[in-house]
Amino acid sequence: MHIIALGVNHRSAPVEVRECLAFADNAVPAAIEGLRAAAGLHEIMILSTCNRVELYATCADPEATREKLVAGLSGFHNLPAARFADNLYFFRDAEAVRHVFRVAASLDSMVVGEPQILGQLKDAYALAVEHEATGQVLNKFMHRAFSTAKLVRTQTNIAGSAVSVSYAAVELARKIFADLTDKTVMLVGAGEMCELAARHFITHGVRRVLVTNRTHARARDLAAEFDGHAIAFGDFHNQLDRVDILLSSTGSPTYLIRPEHLAPALKKRRYRPIFLIDIAVPRDIDPAANEMDGIFLYDVDDLQGVVAENIDQRLQEAERAEELVALEVDKFTGWLESLKVTPTIKELRRLAAGIAGAEVEKTIAGLGDLSPRQCKKIEAMAGAIVNKLLHAPVTRLKEEAEHGNQVPVEVVRQLFNLKNSGDRNQNPGDHQQRETGSTTPDA
Amino acid sequence: MHSSYTILLTLALLCYVIGMAAGFGLIWQASRRTSRLENAALIAGFVAHAAAFVVRGVQSDALPVASLHESLSCFALFLAGCYLWVSLRNRVSILGAFINPLTVIITLWALLIIRPVEPHPPVLKSLWMPLHVLLSFAGHAMLAVTCGLGIMYLLQERLIKRKKVKGLFTRLPSLGKIDQLSYISLSIGFPLLTLGIITGSLWASVAWGAYWSWDPKETWSLITWFLYAALLHGRISVGWRGRRAAVLSIVGFAAIMFTFLGVNLLLTGLHTYGSF
Repeated sequence: MHIIALGVNHRSAPVEVRECLAFADNAVPAAIEGLRAAAGLHEIMILSTCNRVELYATCADPEATREKLVAGLSGFHNLPAARFADNLYFFRDAEAVRHVFRVAASLDSMVVGEPQILGQLKDAYALAVEHEATGQVLNKFMHRAFSTAKLVRTQTNIAGSAVSVSYAAVELARKIFADLTDKTVMLVGAGEMCELAARHFITHGVRRVLVTNRTHARARDLAAEFDGHAIAFGDFHNQLDRVDILLSSTGSPTYLIRPEHLAPALKKRRYRPIFLIDIAVPRDIDPAANEMDGIFLYDVDDLQGVVAENIDQRLQEAERAEELVALEVDKFTGWLESLKVTPTIKELRRLAAGIAGAEVEKTIAGLGDLSPRQCKKIEAMAGAIVNKLLHAPVTRLKEEAEHGNQVPVEVVRQLFNLKNSGDRNQNPGDHQQRETGSTTPDA
Repeated sequence: MHSSYTILLTLALLCYVIGMAAGFGLIWQASRRTSRLENAALIAGFVAHAAAFVVRGVQSDALPVASLHESLSCFALFLAGCYLWVSLRNRVSILGAFINPLTVIITLWALLIIRPVEPHPPVLKSLWMPLHVLLSFAGHAMLAVTCGLGIMYLLQERLIKRKKVKGLFTRLPSLGKIDQLSYISLSIGFPLLTLGIITGSLWASVAWGAYWSWDPKETWSLITWFLYAALLHGRISVGWRGRRAAVLSIVGFAAIMFTFLGVNLLLTGLHTYGSF
């Protein structure tokens, strides 16, 4: 039994290829059915986001399954395989496990540490479960992927700080003000980054937005968008005392806001601090303002410096995360390996139980008149001998298998003449589902 | 009897030291476990210290604030209590890093000059005396918290202005929050300080026959009071806050410490403790 992962992501494939391969949510059930039938698979799931399209499956023959899945993809999307074959990556076994754990932990994301991917993976898994396309292995695989992601998030600071300029501005504001909900944001000039930052501020509770622009109509439009007020450009200096957070991005060649504008505003607002964010180049706000008590000024370079440091920090944290992932991959592949011995252990137990049962029957028949209680005793004894005798070898087999050592399994099969190996390694998903109930007690 | 007091006080010191170390840990790295350890250590220290205070009180059959040793110990007890109150209510355990060192130093000092119970001089036996002492120490301790918050404010403000917004920056509370807490602790500490001075003067009239005799300690406590009065006035009527308020709260507490200890060590007057 093998786990495989096959797909494209933002690094391996340009958007033209990704968009052709992507599955709409409502197309996934049909795709699961189609691919499962085409490749003769028991377990399969599809993860389709704007940055990646991936298939995870369990199979007996990875290479053959790969070809069938590629053909299936090509058929489903009506796209010649040659169009995307070079962009595809394909992982099997431990590599596949590592890949999926890294995806779940957001180590493979475009912006490392952004948490959306975990939710998308959970949705994809839920869809597969809903369509009964998962079995014991994929179930356990996904749950381990989720717990690994959680482990990475809690044990490292990978999603700790803002990695966009507009979000960094919000984080700073939250360290200057105790509470953003009663604060007023003013936009001076219009720019994409300003708008984005304003939106971030609104989602973090800011309710009052003032907008000013040399073109008043533009200010009115933008104000309407934020449910705020437009202010005449000539008048905005007089309104500075109302402003807690000011975002500036005009095309002005000289400083628009200077300390002499801020000093009276500060006094009027009883020295409550003002956070100035200057996104314009050339700058709109005199840098000397930052020296004033109660004024905090960040220009675009400052914010980008913050973001760069945060990204650096994320990458450092990502290194620690990789170590955590590696440990989890080892644990999970150990479990996968241990699956391989389960059929052997089953057969061994069946053999021993059969012999014990036959001998008990013979003995009881030979002894003649026995009370039911005495019969029970003899049966219990035989059972106990079997269990105690098998306990050590079974434990050993499992341990060795978890470390990837299959030699003892072969030895045991030869020694006990176990032949019933027809379906061994064929479809352990099936196997396991039938067996789980009886294998747990001796674990 | 004497040894059970020493043991309790030593135990309190030990807990304070652990709490202080945990507080420093929080400066270095945020951790819920460290912050819980800090709180637990401070609570344990406070309880042991309070028990010691009671034992000493029973032994001397009076409020144990007669000698320098007893005064220091009482002040440290209030410091721990005020810190705990502010920190637990507002979940700002990192504040401990700025206040607990003082608690540790004062408790250690008290332990180093520990002396057996002595009969109180008659001048200290008055109803006003315990009121004066308790109110003053409660006020001083609360204003020590204001001072700790002031230091924290200046640190965070500097980090933001210098654009060093990682590490410690993320672990300190927002400037707005620090300033709020600073205002609250000032509004509690200042009335206590005022009441402490008034009850002291009433006591003086009973003990020495005059409300105010301009001995150095009285003069200095008046100077301190004016500093804090100015700060509170500035905050309420002009809207002073932020850096200016933080600096003043630090200066004010320096004046308190000088009034409390410096005057006794450097100048002479009526207020000298029994041990000097």
